Amino acid sequence: MTALQIIFLLAAAVILISAVMVTATRNMVHAALWLIATLFGVAVIFAVLEAGFLAVVQVVVYIGAIAIMFIFAVMLTRREMLDKGPQMNKRAWLAGILCVVIFASLIYMLSSWVGFNQIPLLVGNADTLTLLGQSLLLPSAYLLPFEVASVLLLAALVGAVYVASNRKQEEK
Amino acid sequence: MIPLSWFLILSAALFSIGLFGVMARKNAVAILLSVELMLNAVNINLVAFWRYGNIVNMAGQVFAIIVFAVAAAEVAVGLALVISVYRRFNTVVADEIDLMKW
Repeated sequence: MTALQIIFLLAAAVILISAVMVTATRNMVHAALWLIATLFGVAVIFAVLEAGFLAVVQVVVYIGAIAIMFIFAVMLTRREMLDKGPQMNKRAWLAGILCVVIFASLIYMLSSWVGFNQIPLLVGNADTLTLLGQSLLLPSAYLLPFEVASVLLLAALVGAVYVASNRKQEEK
Repeated sequence: MIPLSWFLILSAALFSIGLFGVMARKNAVAILLSVELMLNAVNINLVAFWRYGNIVNMAGQVFAIIVFAVAAAEVAVGLALVISVYRRFNTVVADEIDLMKW
């Protein structure tokens, strides 16, 4: 077993354990902290896949922005729900069975594919970061999805501010 | 060298856990957390297929970045909705938010 495989297995164990804890913990602040552990594991997986830029973006955007936003939302909405009542639906068992079936059928479908066990080619001297920048900004490559993503972010910003603003208080 | 199958199995497992969270949890914020798990599973898949395919074709990484942007937008709007609903109904339980149910 090579060092890379051991790193992968450790990261995968961290990801899966903390993902289970995200769906199982009662305290929402703890769930958000477990989500941060999952996101760190995914950043390690990106580094194993030699996508260094995405690993950095994962830490900066997901952990630095999205996870912090979740913690703020939890602090703004908790109070009840923490100690009383079940955290799961009445039909959680059905959801569990459905997820196991979906996982099994995904693995079955994928394992019948020829490339399931393929080994990666060496990156060699390819400068993937420059290639990524070029493919994001060349009109012949992915300039349009890039601009659409920026418009989407602007729309989400305006929409979030509008939805979350407290109009009742302003009228008083 | 790590075979592609390891990444695909990891991402399928992460996706299933996220799906379970979306279907089973009551708290609306917990549902959004589980959606993030599913988006991360998709990202692992995209980057793994980029790495194991033609490495000069950057489509996998580009769309992983676009998934980041969509996730940020989704979280911003989703949490704004949850906070707005919490202000009005004083609850974050998804079952009790049934204003549009007929």
